[in-house]
Amino acid sequence: MMSDILDFEAALPAKLSVESVSMWFRSPRTSVHALHDITLRVAGGEFVCLVGPSGCGKTTLLDIIAGLTRPDSGRVLADDQVVDGPGRHRMVMFQEPALFPWLDVLGNVAFGLKRKPGLSRKERHQIADYHLDLVGLGRFKRAYVHELSGGMKQRVALARALAPDPRVLLMDEPFSALDALTREQLYDDIQRIWQSRRKTIVLVTHNVREAICLSDRVVLMSPSPGRIREEYKISLPRPRDINSPELATIAQKITATLKGYLPETLE
Amino acid sequence: MRRVLIVTGFFLMLLAGWQVATMSGRWSPVLLPPPSDVAQYLWGALRDGSLLESAEVTIKRLLVGYAIGVAIGLPLGLMTSTSPIFQGTIGTLALGLQTLPSVCWIPLALLWFGQTEEAVLFVVIMGTVWSVVIATDSGARSIPPIYSRAARTMGAEGLDKWTNVILPASLPSVVSGMKQGWAFAWRSLMAAEIYVTVLTGFGLGHLLHYGRELNAMDQVIGVMLVIVVIGLLADKILFSPWERFLHRRWGTGQL
Repeated sequence: MMSDILDFEAALPAKLSVESVSMWFRSPRTSVHALHDITLRVAGGEFVCLVGPSGCGKTTLLDIIAGLTRPDSGRVLADDQVVDGPGRHRMVMFQEPALFPWLDVLGNVAFGLKRKPGLSRKERHQIADYHLDLVGLGRFKRAYVHELSGGMKQRVALARALAPDPRVLLMDEPFSALDALTREQLYDDIQRIWQSRRKTIVLVTHNVREAICLSDRVVLMSPSPGRIREEYKISLPRPRDINSPELATIAQKITATLKGYLPETLE
Repeated sequence: MRRVLIVTGFFLMLLAGWQVATMSGRWSPVLLPPPSDVAQYLWGALRDGSLLESAEVTIKRLLVGYAIGVAIGLPLGLMTSTSPIFQGTIGTLALGLQTLPSVCWIPLALLWFGQTEEAVLFVVIMGTVWSVVIATDSGARSIPPIYSRAARTMGAEGLDKWTNVILPASLPSVVSGMKQGWAFAWRSLMAAEIYVTVLTGFGLGHLLHYGRELNAMDQVIGVMLVIVVIGLLADKILFSPWERFLHRRWGTGQL
């Protein structure tokens, strides 16, 4: 019965289209050109990673796709609809878990579900339970946020983002604060979940191997002003192991390209 | 168990020190009565009902004044935290008036309201509101912006976001602000009761005042003790449950 609800609800992954987006950050003294004429298309169900050195505007771009920030020019389309604010079809996972300490784990996962129309309390709990099981935290649904480890918190954040069944999942360096082992477990989780419940995913990271391990396509960005420089299709078979030699070979090539974008200083 | 023993021992030692000081004969018993005299006064005042009656009058004023103060201060504090215009106007006003000791409101209250219940309430409210505004304001400002962003992506906007995210997120600071407001309300009320003689109710502050007029030091010290005990009880009854709740959820309070 559980799977009935989820199968029935399962939303189709949306396609995304970023059309000549530009962005400046202005302060009274300076103006920083954060994004310059970004155009990017993401197919429905595709897993894309934005990779670049810090300051290349990748997080800003993700915020714009999420609808949390308005671009100065250009627009974002999600399934041919203009994005003009955040919406629950595009869920975001942040660098910090951003869980609410006044709610327990289940309450956090159910937060987005409460704002989705047409669900009874019982259904909300079923869906939240299902997603907590999916990330392996079913036993912790009554725990408080501070009682969880960093990796567990990020798992809850993943369950919270998946529970309302969004069509797009946007992830802003969600693994950067975790230790290597926890991170590798989460790579496995993400790959497994993405294969079973297809979503369009855009992941921002500065970790090249992480990007290759997870995505269909790696998009390289360079700073000042932030723009897209190159794209790599990754066709390694899944599930991928981040420590495999094939992956390392590709990573070497991409890292070399990335280094070329850094301003040449102290040479 | 050991903790109870230490706490009891501490207070017994204070009492013993007091007793020894009175027995040394260096201070006149009129100025420093022995603990037994104070206990006798308290027992007598408890039996003739004057103490309970005054405590009731005082606590009633305190609760009413405090409730009004918080009801005004909380929304004002949330407003000043969100809008630069409110911050510049109401926020500045609150900051200025908070530094004004609440006794300073008494002359004005007396002239406006006369020796009435309203005068006392006015002083208590003025003593409470501004500190609640400032505590709530700084509380709401200390919320990590990521909460609001996360809430928006999950479809919580406007009033929904305010009641289900901003308010609970600022709960730790709101509670400490309310606690501070309580302390200010208590101080203001005592000042008001000592200086404003109101015929409609005879509070603890008046008992203190008349103790001084009558040179009844046992009464002065006895009433002071009662005021301290009420303050402690209020803290335990009104705020401890909240603080325990917050510590459990936020994982704070354990060093």
